Amino acid sequence: MEPIDLDLDENELELPSEPMHLNMGPSHPAMHGTVRIVLELSGETIVKSDVQIGYLHRGFEKMCERGTWTQVFPYVDRLNYVSPMLNNVGYALAVEKMCDIEVPERCQWYRMILGELARISDHLTCNGAMAMELGAFTPFLWYIKAREMVWDILEEETGARLTHSFGRIGGMANPPTPALKSMCREAIPAILKIVEEGEGMLLKNRIFIDRLENIGKISGPDAIALSWTGPCLRSTGVAYDVRKAHPYLKYDEVDFDVPVGTCGDNMDRFLVRLGEIRQSCRIILQACDRMADEGPVNVDDPRVILPPKQDVYTTIEATIQHFKLVMEGAKVPKGEVYSYTEGGNGELGYYLVSDGSGTPHRVRIRPPCFPITQGLSDLINGAMLSDIVPTFGSLNMIGGECDH
Amino acid sequence: MSVRVLEALKEKFGDAVVETHSQFGDDTAVVRADKWKEVCRFLRDDPAMSFDMSVDLCGVDYPDREPRFEVVLHLYSVAKRHRLRLKARIGDAEGEGAEIDTVADIWIGVNWFERETYDLMGISFKGHPDLRRILMYPEFEGHPLRKDYPANKTQPLVPYRTEEEAGVTLEKQAPFGLDEGMPFGRRAWGTDRGES
Repeated sequence: MEPIDLDLDENELELPSEPMHLNMGPSHPAMHGTVRIVLELSGETIVKSDVQIGYLHRGFEKMCERGTWTQVFPYVDRLNYVSPMLNNVGYALAVEKMCDIEVPERCQWYRMILGELARISDHLTCNGAMAMELGAFTPFLWYIKAREMVWDILEEETGARLTHSFGRIGGMANPPTPALKSMCREAIPAILKIVEEGEGMLLKNRIFIDRLENIGKISGPDAIALSWTGPCLRSTGVAYDVRKAHPYLKYDEVDFDVPVGTCGDNMDRFLVRLGEIRQSCRIILQACDRMADEGPVNVDDPRVILPPKQDVYTTIEATIQHFKLVMEGAKVPKGEVYSYTEGGNGELGYYLVSDGSGTPHRVRIRPPCFPITQGLSDLINGAMLSDIVPTFGSLNMIGGECDH
Repeated sequence: MSVRVLEALKEKFGDAVVETHSQFGDDTAVVRADKWKEVCRFLRDDPAMSFDMSVDLCGVDYPDREPRFEVVLHLYSVAKRHRLRLKARIGDAEGEGAEIDTVADIWIGVNWFERETYDLMGISFKGHPDLRRILMYPEFEGHPLRKDYPANKTQPLVPYRTEEEAGVTLEKQAPFGLDEGMPFGRRAWGTDRGES
């Protein structure tokens, strides 16, 4: 066969100078969720990128406008589906802020334990999946094993492994089980041991370190301007944690640190999440010590809490109350509220507007990973194509939350 | 905590601040839509305010009011740890003229939030660098979070087939009845809102 370059002069042999377009996603093995990145490449360097989300949009906010306030709980479970309990608690706190309700102390400790367990499972999933996408499959399996332990506790408490729908306005669906404290105290040392083993395996691995260090860097002021919160913001050295800055529940009474990074690269985000797992374990152990074994979990407020079942079946007042609460929903005072908690990915805000009826007028969620995903474009422009995988993994974009 | 911010705003902008309140502990200022950008710039740049983070931006539809839409912006100052809710009211009863200046050049983080508000609520932001739909697909018609957008409306990307096109007898034909999806709409909007 004749060589193709026989009668071409050398200049024509050069690579084409116009950039190459590449679609990454929406369905790609290295993509956590369904997200599409349209890339403009020059060689292997990313010149321009356009991150497109919305493939998991389910009309969460529209759906919330048709049920009662309580019927929103199953929907918020499905926003950040790796830490649904934090969403539940956040939404419950938002509605309680409007109704001017403070749940009993036992419930506050209970919410903290469940919330921190959810945070552990969130961070384990993120770090494990990130390692897996870089080819380290074993730590992923170990971290998932640790997550199983967390889920066993949550299953014992709520009856569901993933979507608990366990929060209620003014309390929780059920009081803590007698096994809760002993299960937590048993599981936490085991989880910490697994975290340490995985850490030892990854952080001594040259390949893993090289793909994380100094990749996807962002400065603190840039991250703030991009509305970043949570572990991604803290990795840049800004110690903004809602639990410390604006304590809710009993976070001002427990002892924990806020791990921060230094330069905001992928490694920092990885390390901050590992640090937070340890801090969450500390919080859970303290909360287990402080939570009373007896006492009410739900507020004593017939406006929002369903009456006991035996009363519903035997007295007419409780029957009517039950009927009104289920059919019309708890009446929430007219007005608007913005309530924020520390979710798995950062500040999880709920902006609620009530018209005084049993149905929300507007439920707006401020998903923490929405602005974080917005920043992805800035992180990967100018980097190599293969850097997308660890950078995107370290942001922990959760499709359900980001796409509403 | 940030009542001081409200007072400073009133002092600086006078009549442009339509209304302020601190319901449930959230300090809120409603400003005139034409001063929106100016107020935002002041809030970011003034050293006593220094709202360096735009937490959230969204739209709310009040179909019975005129102006109909509210643009709601939540701000936070990482350094001073205070918060503010800033609102502006725009748009007439038909949803026309829902336009406001963009603030994406003041806080770059607002960019996607404005795109989302445009997409779902149909509020357009003048001067926005890239005002495209973000959660819905480009062919989508209408703005789903408006109260007059029926929640059970279907918008197939590919039109439904008629029997002639299919060449066979179809069991179901468009438009499908309500039982196709969840029975949305506990009550019609604009009829009996408020009490019970």
